[in-house]
Amino acid sequence: MKSLAELQAIKERMKNKVILREGSGEVRVVVGMATCGIAAGARPVLNAFVEAVNNSDLAGKVTVSQTGCIGICQFEPVVEIYEAGKEKTTYVKMTAEKAQEIVEKHLKGGKPVSEYTIGSNS
Amino acid sequence: MIRAHVLVCGGTGCTSSHSKDVQDAFAESIKEFGLENEVKLVQTGCFGLCALGPVVIIYPDGTFYSRVEAKDVREIVEEHLLKGRVVERLVYADTGEEADAIREKVNVSLSDTAFYKSQKRIVLRNCGVIDPDNIDEYIAMDGYAALGKVLTEMTPEDVIKTISDSGLRGRGGGGFPTGRKWALTAPNKADQKYVVCNADEGDPGAFMDRSILEGDPHSVIEAMTICGYAIGATKGYVYVRAEYPIAVNRLQRAIDQAYEYGLLGKNIFNSGFDFDLGIRLGAGAFVCGEETALMTSIEGNRGEPRPRPPYPAVKGLFNRPTVENNVETFANIPQIILNGVDWFRSMGTEKSKGTKVFALGGKIEHTGLVEIPMGTTLREIIYDIGGGIPNGKKFKAAQTGGPSGGCIPASLIDTEVDYDNLVSIGCMMGSGGLIVMDEDTCMVDMAKFFLEFTVDESCGKCTPCRVGTRRLLEILEKITDGKGTLEDIDRLEELCNYIKQNSLCGLGQTAPNPVLATLKFFRDEYIAHVVDKRCPAGVCKSMLTFTIDQDKCIGCGKCAKNCPNDAIVKTDYIAPGHKLPSYYIKPDACIKCGACMAGCKFNAISKK
Repeated sequence: MKSLAELQAIKERMKNKVILREGSGEVRVVVGMATCGIAAGARPVLNAFVEAVNNSDLAGKVTVSQTGCIGICQFEPVVEIYEAGKEKTTYVKMTAEKAQEIVEKHLKGGKPVSEYTIGSNS
Repeated sequence: MIRAHVLVCGGTGCTSSHSKDVQDAFAESIKEFGLENEVKLVQTGCFGLCALGPVVIIYPDGTFYSRVEAKDVREIVEEHLLKGRVVERLVYADTGEEADAIREKVNVSLSDTAFYKSQKRIVLRNCGVIDPDNIDEYIAMDGYAALGKVLTEMTPEDVIKTISDSGLRGRGGGGFPTGRKWALTAPNKADQKYVVCNADEGDPGAFMDRSILEGDPHSVIEAMTICGYAIGATKGYVYVRAEYPIAVNRLQRAIDQAYEYGLLGKNIFNSGFDFDLGIRLGAGAFVCGEETALMTSIEGNRGEPRPRPPYPAVKGLFNRPTVENNVETFANIPQIILNGVDWFRSMGTEKSKGTKVFALGGKIEHTGLVEIPMGTTLREIIYDIGGGIPNGKKFKAAQTGGPSGGCIPASLIDTEVDYDNLVSIGCMMGSGGLIVMDEDTCMVDMAKFFLEFTVDESCGKCTPCRVGTRRLLEILEKITDGKGTLEDIDRLEELCNYIKQNSLCGLGQTAPNPVLATLKFFRDEYIAHVVDKRCPAGVCKSMLTFTIDQDKCIGCGKCAKNCPNDAIVKTDYIAPGHKLPSYYIKPDACIKCGACMAGCKFNAISKK
């Protein structure tokens, strides 16, 4: 190790790998992963969220985790987004493409994508 | 892309409750469900809740599973990792609030539990969070940034001033100001100076240093290098007992990785500063925790203390100026450099800054490792963090400082724990063992236990310690055998003071402390032993009498069957309302083992 820059480079490279353990994201993305969710394709959705979040500067602010059955099986895959001090947003009939769009518009832009929410689909 | 981390504790406590099997089972199940690319399995250091091991945490939600067995793992992987359903029956929750939260399906994360909530983790911040075998994870948590800062931005004088100003005091027991120790060593000129880390943790029941070395070995390496720069030393040794194999292995691996990255060795950070670090194994002699004995042992000689002065700052290891600090002390250093003096001084009391790690043991719900700000009251430690005394028993006293320490009686439970408060009540911080005792503990017996330990561990170099502690133990044995007199108590006290004043090293000087402290707070128990020939806690066997209440005895005969010495016989008395004759214990034949009492379902047997 001959310079602080080298140390910093290792830190940057590793930061994303351990940031999960801080578990202090202000925003939580929760993917319903019960049997029905998985059958309807929740896994690619979850992976799309994890990837999109990690590849942006959202890592550390947004926690992506999973939950069990949310109880609205006909709308699976279901994703709920919890933000401190705001009503939660429930997205239904999710796909990996929609997930990427939500990361761009909702998580980065701050505007829920209303056409995918449960309100516009029921 | 990794979306979840499974952290399995690989500390000594959890390893002995088979955490390795749990880890292997996770590896297998994760593979079985095809989650290798999504879930990362990490072995970490001690989480602190050793009594509940093996312990597993799953991030990002921070779900905390306790007492996990290999057979539970498949369920956790399938339910939690695959389907996102927490396996509730394995989630750690012992207080009402947390249990309610689980029932309401609120995520209970580690940091919400009562055990962790009141803690302040600085020294243990990486323990249970990072993989100790991976230097990159340490670096990700700001590791070696303090060393970088010291070598590129600070002069040795700056470093010493920072440590002095922080108010950090030695965590090994004595509480000597760390900055002053460094400042005393730095100006001494010599061809070679040394930094020594004392990891010879010998107090029965203390395991904080082991946990730091197992969970965050790089913090100690980094701190020792910083110390080397500050005092002008280019060589360091970690003296650790061979009884800590996991700690030794991880530390060695960490040292190898640090060399590989050039964080040890020549010209670190291009600053021109060189530092070499090696491990020296101790054979587990308690006296080698004394600084001069430890250095003698590193030199290859029999571990015996030598008179001070000259102090190690002038003539230490190989007669060269040496700084010796304890593991926990070192683990504080990088944090102080990074976060500053004011941050560190904001925690603790006026004369004791920062935090202290305690190994909680004895009669307490949550046996384990806790780190709290100095000045936390004993009540908070025992009841809020430790979860109180099991089985509804009453708290009697807490023993701190192991064989060198004293005890804090229940009447002083609101004492704020710091160096000076403990000394003022005749106790000492010690390295941080905290053994909780309930009403069933006999204080004379407790003092006797620690004396047995020091008699065994006295190196024999000086007479007051070698002979004095033996005589102390004999008097204590006389008292617990019911043969003591009031003069014995006076003699005990006199001898204690003599040993304290005349012993060569810390071992002898502090060996009488358990006796003096119990005499101070529990003199009535000593008097009960010698005057009434009675052990109030019902521990000292020679003074106990087991009796059967003939009116409660239904005559089932179980006690007679259990008795290994045929001391229980049938009488011809049938109590009113009973059909069979009751039993009787022959006092001469009774060996006081208690087997009869343990087996009686009718509470007819009592001991006094």
